[in-house]
This record gives sequence, structure tokens and C-alpha cells, in this order.
Amino acid sequence: MTEPLLDVQRLTVTFGGPTPAVDDVSFFVLPGETLGLVGESGSGKSVTAFSILRLLQPPGRISDGRVIFEGRDLLALPEREMRAVRGARISLIFQEPMTALNPVMRVGDQIAEALTVHGKATRGDARARAAELLDAVRIPDAARRVRDYPHQLSGGMRQRVMVAIALACRPPLVIADEPTTALDVTIQAQVLELLRELKERYNLALLLITHDFGVIAEMADRVAVMFKGRLVEQGPVREVLRHPAHEYTRSLLAAVPGMR
Amino acid sequence: MPLLEVRHLVKHFVRSQGLLRPPSVVRAVDDVSFTIDEGEMFGLVGESGSGKSTTGRCILRLIEPTSGEVLFRGENVLHFTRQRMRMARRDMQIVFQDPYSSLNPRMRVGDIVEEPLVIHDLGSKTERRARVAELFQLVGLEPGHITRYPHEFSGGQRQRIGIARALALNPALIIADEAVSALDVSIQAQVVALLMGLKERLKLTYLFIAHDLRLVEHICGRVAVMYMGKIVELGTAQALFSRPTHPYTKALLSAIPVLDPDGPRQRIELNPASFEREAPLKEIGAHHWAAV
Repeated sequence: MTEPLLDVQRLTVTFGGPTPAVDDVSFFVLPGETLGLVGESGSGKSVTAFSILRLLQPPGRISDGRVIFEGRDLLALPEREMRAVRGARISLIFQEPMTALNPVMRVGDQIAEALTVHGKATRGDARARAAELLDAVRIPDAARRVRDYPHQLSGGMRQRVMVAIALACRPPLVIADEPTTALDVTIQAQVLELLRELKERYNLALLLITHDFGVIAEMADRVAVMFKGRLVEQGPVREVLRHPAHEYTRSLLAAVPGMR
Repeated sequence: MPLLEVRHLVKHFVRSQGLLRPPSVVRAVDDVSFTIDEGEMFGLVGESGSGKSTTGRCILRLIEPTSGEVLFRGENVLHFTRQRMRMARRDMQIVFQDPYSSLNPRMRVGDIVEEPLVIHDLGSKTERRARVAELFQLVGLEPGHITRYPHEFSGGQRQRIGIARALALNPALIIADEAVSALDVSIQAQVVALLMGLKERLKLTYLFIAHDLRLVEHICGRVAVMYMGKIVELGTAQALFSRPTHPYTKALLSAIPVLDPDGPRQRIELNPASFEREAPLKEIGAHHWAAV
């Protein structure tokens, strides 16, 4: 069997309250595969993502577990080494491109920054690479668009810029936290299509966090269902959609409008 | 006579671009017409910026339309005086999308629900209190919670408070503007069930504004699809979803993620050159119109 790229073992996160926000959660992601992490708001799926990257804000605290990535436990790394992982080996795409992008910085410079910070390119090269990346995420007229500020772009375009930044260093793993939730359905379809394409091209593994089972069905190889901080079910996406084993998964599927 | 008839509704937003350049005009609602019969659940769908919310607000004159007619029980509400309009709003209420920003955080929820009764000076203090308790029960909230504040409630419960407030004056028409869009699917299903139940019990008519086509297909009898300020297709949900005809409707429907990983997945890209923007709605089947 292939060695997992990411192996989350018994992760437990508390925010100081009596019940942990993430409770004994274990899952893995194989190289090149898409794992869908699905659940409703407050189920702990975003907290899980932030914990993997060690971006949790206090009072949030990882109280137990291991996050094995490329053979190392990320939770045991010194912060300096962790910084070399973030963005370069694992990158993150957020739901809200308007808040995740720097409003006073040209988008080309933001992409270039991702490269220079990790020493992947000199400033001059980074400029040229930024335009290439914008082109790769299908932004028309990329050479000119690098000079745009985020507010000059539409929501779908901004999310493409986020994808370009996430891909800048060719990380083997991308975590996408509700990447299309704020987008219209036609734009969502385009961004999902783009992610699928880039995944093929760069052999990315994708941890896709969403509340939308439709998105999971379209994108994921396997799915893990979170409910109140716990993983209640995981398995191949066809299996889970056709024969949901857990009561919560069944109710979640039944609640999807138009599900017959 | 339909309960609501919207005729050639137009709303232009004019934005000044400075002294030397001509002002730019956004045609947010551009000649929109439709009718809603008593007891109907009429869906108005479209993506952000399509003009669907502006249409809803123009009907209540929360935004003054540029031109057109809005007939409620045969009377043009756009000609009503302020006072008359206030009376008319008893019959037409709106439920907003965001249960977090649409409830005053400093008011107790009982007072929020009572407020419309106070504004319209209905009933004595005791009668109003009894009515609030009744409304709480009606929308599935604990009447004992009337002294609490909005932050003590979950998103789904807050939306129930918004619905209770909208029902306080016994309206005939509810405009639900993305009323369940911000909710988790399981909560959404509960609130939708509540809205459907209330429709039967109170003989309500809904204008259901939404971007989620899966939901609209499920609950609405007739549906209109808006694109760039115009209705491009209108029909029974059955006809529209089984035989989408306008290129935009086709693109929109094909973009919805399907729950079957092996299901047919044919994405149709919208080609704006494939249709005439000014084309009028034409009857293309039984209870089915499209601007083609």
C-alpha cells in the first residue's frame, strides 16, 4: 500500500471548554488523492485544517495526537521548520478571498511573495513566474492582470489568485477550506474544474473541506464525515453516498435539497 | 386576480463618475414582469447581481423603483401615499437572509417580534404579549425564551424569530429573500419545513428569492430565472427543470454539483453571444416561457 502523504492520528483540540472541538480524529491522505472532509458549521472541520498547519489561535490548543507529513510529526517541529512547511509543502486556500488577500498589494506581488519567502525564486524571476501562474489558473490577459489589486477582480478571479498563490511552490498537499462556498454556482463549477485540472497536472493531494455533499461527490476520492468534533464515518465516496452507515451521514444526505 | 402582479418593473442605479464623465447606469432590474397567485410558492432565482433581491425590495418599496407597476390585490402600490404604504406593508412582509444582522442585538427577542404590533398600534399590551407567545409557538420557539437576546440563539432559531416577526401582522405575502441560504443544510431543511407548514396553516403566499436551485426545484410551484436584470425563463418548476431552454438556465442547471459521483456531468458554459439580451419572453410550452 502507498505510504500516506498526510497521516493525522488521534488529533484532539480543545478551546478550554469541557468538550474538545476536535475529538480523537484520525484520517490520512494519499499522494495525489482528494479527501473530502464534510460537516456542518461548528463540526470542527476548519479547526482540524488549522491544527494541521499549526495556525490555531489561543485559547485553541492541540492537546493530543500526531500529524505525520512526509514522515515527520508536524506537531513536534520547531516553529522555524514549520514555516518552511506552510505554503511550500502544504498550502491553504480559504473561503473568503477578499479577506485572505492583501487589499493594498498587487496580486502579482502577492504571488511573487509566496515564491521569494521560500527562496524558490529571486525577485525578478518571481515576477515572471507570477504571470505564468495567473495564466495557469486561467486568468485571461495574465501579464497585465498581475498589476491589478484584489478589488479590481471578481470573486471568481480572486479565488483563482488564491489558487495561484497556493500552487506557487508546487506543494504536494493543498488544503482547501470551503474554497467555493462564497461563489455563485456557475463560478463554483469553474473553480472546481480548475482544481481538478491542476491536481492532475501537478499530482496534488487535496484535503477538501466543505459542507456541500454535492461538491464532495464531484471532487473527492474518499470522504470523512465530521459531527460535533468527531469523525463519524469515512470511506470511498461512492460507498458513503450509496450506503451511508452512520445516522448523521444519512440525515445530512437526506437534508440536501432535491435528494431523492 | 393574482395576489401580486409585477409589470415592467425597472430599477436603475445611477452612479456619478465625477464632473467630466457621464454618470454610469446599472440596470439592476430591467423590465421584469410576473404574477403570483394566492397560495403560491413562487421562486425567483439567479446569481449574485442578477437583480433578484432588488426586485423583492422594489415590491415592498424598500427601494423605490424607477418605473413599472406593482399591483397588490389589483392596486398599484407604487402610487400609495406613505401612510397607505405603511398599511399595505401589514400584508406584505419580508424575511431577510442574515439572521445575525437583521435582528437588533440590544432588543429582547420578544420585543423584536412585538415591534410590528407596536408600530401599527395593534392591541393592548396584554393582547400583544399573548400574540407574541402564540407566534413563538407557531414557529417552534420556546415561549419562555421571549426575554432573551438574539445572541443567545443559534442561526436557525434566529431565522425563526425573523419569521415570527414577519408573521406578527398576519400578512398575506411573504418575501423570503435568501431566507435559508446562510443556514446549514440540516437546519435549512427544518426552516423550509416550517415555511411550508405555515403556508398551509396560514394560507400564505411566498415570493421565495434564492440562489440555490436544488432547493427551489424542491419547494416552489413556479420559478423565474433572472440574469442581468431580466427574467430569461419562467415556468412551472417541473417544466423548467426538466426542459431548461434559455442558454443561461441550461448553464446554471449544469453547474449544480450532483450527488452521484458516476452521474452524467456535462458542464454547459454560457456563451453570451448565443442569445439576444433584449429578446422578449415567448411561450415555449405549457406554463413555460423563455426569452429566446
